[in-house]
Amino acid sequence: MAKKTYLQAIAEALRLEMRRDPNVFLIGEDIAGGAGTDHRGSVGGIFGLTSGFIEEFGADRVIDTPISESAIIGAANGAAITGMRPVAELMFVDFVGVCLDQIFNQAAKFRYMFGGKAKCPLVIRAPIGGGLRAGAQHSATLHPLFTMFPGLKVVMPSNPYDAKGLLIEAIRNDDPVIFLEHKLLYGMEADVPDEAYCIPFGEADFVREGDDVTLVAFSAMVPRAVEVADRLEREGISVEVIDPRTTSPLDKGAILESVERTGRLVIVDESPPRCSMASDIAGIVAQEGFAFLKAPIEAVTCPHTSSPFSPSLEDAYMPSVERIEAAVRKAHAYRAAA
Amino acid sequence: MNISTLDKSFAMQMSRDELLRAYRTMIEIRAFDERIEKDFAAGKIPGFGHVYLGAEAIAAGACHDLAADDYIASTHRGHGHCIAKGCDLEGMMLEIFGKAGGICGGKGGSMHIADFDKGMLGANAIVGGSPPIVVGAALNQKIRKTGKVAVAFAGDGASNQGTTFEAMNMAVVLQVPAIFVIENNGFGEHTASSYSVGAESIAARAAAFGMPAEQIDGVDFFAVRESMLKALERARTGGGPTTIEMKVPRYLGHYIGDPQAYRTPAELKAARAIDPLVTFREKVVSAGLLDAETFAVIDLETYARVEAAAEKALEAPYPDPSALERDVYISY
Ligand SMILES: Cc1ncc(C[n+]2csc(CCOP(=O)(O)OP(=O)(O)O)c2C)c(N)n1
Repeated sequence: MAKKTYLQAIAEALRLEMRRDPNVFLIGEDIAGGAGTDHRGSVGGIFGLTSGFIEEFGADRVIDTPISESAIIGAANGAAITGMRPVAELMFVDFVGVCLDQIFNQAAKFRYMFGGKAKCPLVIRAPIGGGLRAGAQHSATLHPLFTMFPGLKVVMPSNPYDAKGLLIEAIRNDDPVIFLEHKLLYGMEADVPDEAYCIPFGEADFVREGDDVTLVAFSAMVPRAVEVADRLEREGISVEVIDPRTTSPLDKGAILESVERTGRLVIVDESPPRCSMASDIAGIVAQEGFAFLKAPIEAVTCPHTSSPFSPSLEDAYMPSVERIEAAVRKAHAYRAAA
Repeated sequence: MNISTLDKSFAMQMSRDELLRAYRTMIEIRAFDERIEKDFAAGKIPGFGHVYLGAEAIAAGACHDLAADDYIASTHRGHGHCIAKGCDLEGMMLEIFGKAGGICGGKGGSMHIADFDKGMLGANAIVGGSPPIVVGAALNQKIRKTGKVAVAFAGDGASNQGTTFEAMNMAVVLQVPAIFVIENNGFGEHTASSYSVGAESIAARAAAFGMPAEQIDGVDFFAVRESMLKALERARTGGGPTTIEMKVPRYLGHYIGDPQAYRTPAELKAARAIDPLVTFREKVVSAGLLDAETFAVIDLETYARVEAAAEKALEAPYPDPSALERDVYISY
């Protein structure tokens, strides 16, 4: 076991699976880089994540494409339904706008629409999220969009260990998987085993155990939730932090079980509020765990706007530790009128 | 000096004021993006930065004969287009620094500068985002018979996007007054266009959609303007769309800070030796139209103006967070 970053853990998962299974290949823009020059492979993806891959696996399995997302995802689909296991990269999740058909009308529907005849073991990796001052068209998370499509599995790792285990599971899984990597987490370090391992989908991680308030968070919001739990613990407020890890399938059992104990629920979601994971989980708990609740459900989300560029505006846009803390305090302090 | 008689005569058809206007646009773009490069590299500008250095003659030449009610739509590398279309330098500077008073209130940044009063429909951070929008802006002109045009700027990389193919084909089918200016700087990010473009040239591919298309030297302001004037004449008189592929060097990396391991120092040096401003000055001076001192005075004045705008932007406050929920149809 060694300390690895989130980025290295993801790269290691890809490398191990490519060594194990010749049907796994990578396709995307600049994932090797330098195509058409004497320095092929000199980039390794815009975050350097696939650096060294073309040297080890060759240009047939590390495929740089023109800027043509619809054809990238479509080609990956075609390879997947004919027996390969492509891992396609969208350089930023925001570019899904130009290839959504291949995802929701094609990949997501093949298995069901063809009566179980097709399987589409496709993985789409995409960096998500704000915090880099990347502006309105490079900062979205979009996990709620993918989560609404039946047939897709949606994964949002919050740490290096989970990233590796969830990606290996994604590659071996026979359904199309959207694997969302938060840009703010690429540098996060943790102990990650060297060998391959899988983390099953639909199993939440209880990151912190607690009795007073249930705090559900995803991806880069998990470290913020943990920080809030640590702060409040010093005051004797016990916060349980749950990271569902996948939004589809969603481990609603874990959330309901926790809310049954705490009676108070706060959901943090880096997304505009409407049709978000916050509203989804709030709906589930209102329907299936109404009797457990001792306080209104609190949601900490982005406002109903696009991502602003200016640092002062983006800081106000993203759910902050301060906003999360205030919501947890509010849920904790609430007492029903006698 | 090798100046073809055609170049010379074309330059000579321009008045002194016209030549000065063209040069001012180019030097403004140069000074502006040099300053952006410097402040970005020093960590003073947030986000991503793509500069237009080396391509100045394209924006200047392509916009030279456009009025404020002719439209353009741009790319992630859009500062040059904005300046050439008349966007306010100070407002752009504030925007790129993310400051209050920016041309889009600090909400857009470098990749999202727009000024509709100037006919600038926006820089665009989605590669291939602009060409279809330009078809619509041109369709508006056709329906209302305004005689105005819409121009899409797109890179060699963007020329491979399905949105661009669809836009080109539809522009031909609807015979709208659209012009596609393809800036071929040899790279889309870190991939050479010799790899990513399957056709012999981007112009050849555009021609196959059924419109006039040519490939020209994008370093030469006069060549750009001449080609644009033909396309404009065609568009304004109901002749439909045109594509012009313009070859230019890319001075820097894809973004500011790109280590460019895929280009040799010799290649980079060769790229930087091709200078649209030097080309312009030499042509005009040797044709006896303007003298070197005139250029020197303009250079000094322009750099000073850009410096002042940048210093102002550095000092300016960030937008008040209360602006966050403004300009959206509904908020929660
Ligand atoms: C749909 C989409 N795909 C990918 C990107 C990432 N990206 C930004 S600029 C760029 C290269 C564009 O190349 P080109 O069109 O040649 O313009 P240049 O940067 O050379 O001016 C890429 C791939 C993007 N912004 N949008």
